[in-house]
Parts: sequence; structure tokens; C-alpha cells
Amino acid sequence: MIWQLDLILLLFVLICAIGALTVKDLLGAVIILGAYSFFMCILWTEMGAVDVAFTEAAVGAGIGTVLFIAAVSKTKRRSKD
Amino acid sequence: MLEYIISKYNFWIYVILMMIGLYAMMGKRNFVKKLIGMNIFQSAIILFFVSTGVKAGATVPILSGHGHGHGHELIEVAKYINPLPHVLMLTAIVVSIATTGVALAVLILIYRRYNTLEEDEILKIRKDTGV
Repeated sequence: MIWQLDLILLLFVLICAIGALTVKDLLGAVIILGAYSFFMCILWTEMGAVDVAFTEAAVGAGIGTVLFIAAVSKTKRRSKD
Repeated sequence: MLEYIISKYNFWIYVILMMIGLYAMMGKRNFVKKLIGMNIFQSAIILFFVSTGVKAGATVPILSGHGHGHGHELIEVAKYINPLPHVLMLTAIVVSIATTGVALAVLILIYRRYNTLEEDEILKIRKDTGV
């Protein structure tokens, strides 16, 4: 585990989390959440948990984003906060 | 004290992520934003749990060089990362995506009934109509 890489990835994850909650367009927020999942996946590969990283990339970033986008397209795209 | 905080920087960032998720679940009015907050909260906890298995100077928990035939050699445990948290958290990830799917289905039903996804508007409609 290289601590510089670890710190940079954690900061990216933090920025993505804050971005997903502050963006008012829900589709944009969901896509930023997908980027968050991918950074999480890289973080787990860096920690040596490759099986968890596989699952996160397939299930978290893949299926999760697809489900969210389907739900947003069936409901409203704008959010008040 | 400052040295102590900096040396454990990853745990502090996990806690900050968890608090961001908790704030989104309680403070945000839009239901999709609440759900995003729940996702962030869950993955922060999973991140913390996986990070407890990390060892300095260890490698991925896959045995190498212990092939067929002579299977009774001693394995140096300190050379491999602890795989138990990984296996437990694998289940947690799958459960979290199932929870998200059910929550999104409920969300679509709420939208069909009230035609909005803002919590305050829904509460106002319920108060006005008395349902």
C-alpha cells in the first residue's frame, strides 16, 4: 500500500461524494456516483482486495448506475437541493 | 496529537465519508439524493471493514508455489492480506445493490402517486388532502 496513492484516491472519492450530493441535476449526480464507485474500486485494488474490487466494478458501478438512470428517466430529473 | 491524527488519516477520511452520507440521508429533501447518501454511507462502512485486513508488506491472498502433490508445507500468514473481511464485504455489496433496487422501485411508486419526489411537497399534499 503506497500512502501517497492511497491519499490521492481517498481525496478523489471524497470530492465525488460531495459532488454527487451538490449537483442539482439528478442524472449528473447519478453519473458522479458511478465515478465514485469506480474510484472506490481502484482503492480496493490498491488495498489488495481484488475480489471486492471486481464485484464493486460489476455490481456497484455497473448495475447500480443502470438502475439509478432507469429510475431517474421514469421520474423527474430536476431536484430542488 | 496532530501526529496521531495524521498517522491515521485514512480512518478520518472514512468517518468524513460516513458523515456525508448520514447528512444526505437526513438533511436532503429529494428522495434520490437520500438514496445516493445511503449508498455513500454503505460503501464508507465497507471501505473501513476492508481496510482492517490490510497488512504492511503483504500481498494478495492467493497461494503461489504450493502446487499439487506436496500439500503440507507451512504457509507464512504474515505474507498474505487477511481475506476474511473481503469475503464478508462481498456479501454486503450485493445486499446494498439489492436494497437500492427495492428503494428505487418504491421511489417510482411514490412518484406515480404524488407526482413529485420532494419530501416537503409530499408532506404538504398529504396534509392538504388528509390522506
